[in-house]
Amino acid sequence: MGTTTQALSTRATDARAAEDFDRRDLDWYIDKLIAVIVFVCGISAVLFVLGIFFFVTKEGIGFVFEKMDFREFFLTPYWSPSDAEDPEYGILALMAGTASVTGLAMLVAVPFSLGAAIFIAEFATGKTREALKVLVELLAAIPSVVWGFIGLVIMNPLLIKWFDIPVGLCVLNAGVILGLMAAPIMTSIAEDALKAVPDRYREAAEAMGATRWQVIYKVVLPAAKNGLLGGVLLGVGRGFGETMAVLMATGHAVNIPGSIFDSVRALTATIAAELGEAVVGGEHYQVLFTIGIFLFLITFIINLSADLIVRGIRKG
Amino acid sequence: MATANPTMFQASDLNHHNERVQRRYRLLFGLMTLLLITPVMLILGTLVVKGGGAISWEFLLTAPTDGMRTGGVFPALLGTIWLVTVALILSVPIGIFAAIYLSEYAGDNWFTRTINLAIINLAGVPSIVHALFGLGAFVLFFKFGTSILAASLTLAVMTMPVVIVATRESLQAVPQAFREACWNMGATRWQTIRRVVLPNSLTGILTGVILEVSRTAGETAPIMFTGAVFFTPFLPQSVFDQTMALSLHLFVAATQVPGIAEEVPFGVALVLIGLVLTMNSVSIAFRMWLRGKKKW
Repeated sequence: MGTTTQALSTRATDARAAEDFDRRDLDWYIDKLIAVIVFVCGISAVLFVLGIFFFVTKEGIGFVFEKMDFREFFLTPYWSPSDAEDPEYGILALMAGTASVTGLAMLVAVPFSLGAAIFIAEFATGKTREALKVLVELLAAIPSVVWGFIGLVIMNPLLIKWFDIPVGLCVLNAGVILGLMAAPIMTSIAEDALKAVPDRYREAAEAMGATRWQVIYKVVLPAAKNGLLGGVLLGVGRGFGETMAVLMATGHAVNIPGSIFDSVRALTATIAAELGEAVVGGEHYQVLFTIGIFLFLITFIINLSADLIVRGIRKG
Repeated sequence: MATANPTMFQASDLNHHNERVQRRYRLLFGLMTLLLITPVMLILGTLVVKGGGAISWEFLLTAPTDGMRTGGVFPALLGTIWLVTVALILSVPIGIFAAIYLSEYAGDNWFTRTINLAIINLAGVPSIVHALFGLGAFVLFFKFGTSILAASLTLAVMTMPVVIVATRESLQAVPQAFREACWNMGATRWQTIRRVVLPNSLTGILTGVILEVSRTAGETAPIMFTGAVFFTPFLPQSVFDQTMALSLHLFVAATQVPGIAEEVPFGVALVLIGLVLTMNSVSIAFRMWLRGKKKW
């Protein structure tokens, strides 16, 4: 496209003197106008991301600069924002809740989705492959509030029965739910990464007498390594930012978990549960927005690293 | 060399061993795929069994009664349709133009990479942060209040990447030669896009739009504080009204209403899943039909 445009514009320069007048008809102006509109829409994604950062910061910054004690905020587990006399804002327990649930979810989702992606991309053929791909895509579409509902009414009684525990809303429940939820997304990203490995790599290995598994293990996986890692990272970002499912399935108790049967509370769920009752502009409200800034920055870093890692292979 | 080794083309023990290893791994990964899909299918099956009884025309077309403990989902269903429609009106044109910029105008440079990174981020920012943004920007700063407009704007910003990515892919699938032929006829860039590129990628764009409908309908967190309410006896009359929504209604029915008839939340969940999965299936079917029809 570059060379064509260049050729066109060179010709246009030569003929400018003669044709300039003729070219400036209505279509010429429409073309210029559209180019501007299209450009504005093109950069809208950038504007929106900046807008998100600006408005979330705008509401939360008052707390960050005036009252926030970084050590107390990040390193104490006491969260009692509605205490009228001495409200405490320590998010350590909330971070532990998010980390434990996301960690468990990844333990469930990463091996299974990589396995499933390898099966779909490398072993399955024809109709089986198409059917599996469609199925995975449909599973990825189930809304998070439905997953939360499943954790609440299906997983909860099952866990109580199986493990003989008083409450089934815990790290295990939310972790499994989140894992099942993230797995289809990670499967399709991982499958894309495997598909991006050129077929001539596989053919070369097969011509040397390698079996399909040897091709996968020695050739495809090393070549797709970065893409797979990027997919896993995007999955981590998804799990980390998930709101409704963890709100409904964790038990929502401020707690640093000692076992997978403990109830916890996640950062995202705290905002969802408390924003409605916080007074607009009040301290509690600002703290919730401060957590929002923190969540935004973490997911930004995760997405940026995933992008850099994936781009790494394209260059190499 | 003249007398070729007769065992040369027979499988050696090593070959047999490799063959067995390969079969074992095939089985392992196949099982993993099954294990990934089966529990979800079982869960969906349970939902259908438990919620199926609640679904009827009456359930879809009446309002909740008796303090939301019984009755139907009509206001929530209507609210979701409002939210999705307004969100689409706002995001689809911008999304399509953004994709046109990325596919037809932008060069391969740091600027384009920044835009791509922003799109990935827009899709990756937690939904609750979108909710905070919607509250801070649309509800408070632009003073739309908690309304369908504020909620739909929030949803539009959040789900726009779906349309952008799908549209960009289908624009790029149009062969470059089509554009060059058109330019050589003296057409401007926009005439080429409007007469040649867009008509040839319209169905692909539609696939993306349907996907966005499905995503938008399922979102809960972004609308909780921007326009959707737990309960309102009024149906929305304009974009400045508050509304109920199916996704939020499921959350409310599952957690906030003591003594609710057991099949009601199951019924709501089933309606929501039905809506989302139908939209996705239509989109997938559309894509397959399109692939079969492709002429180039």
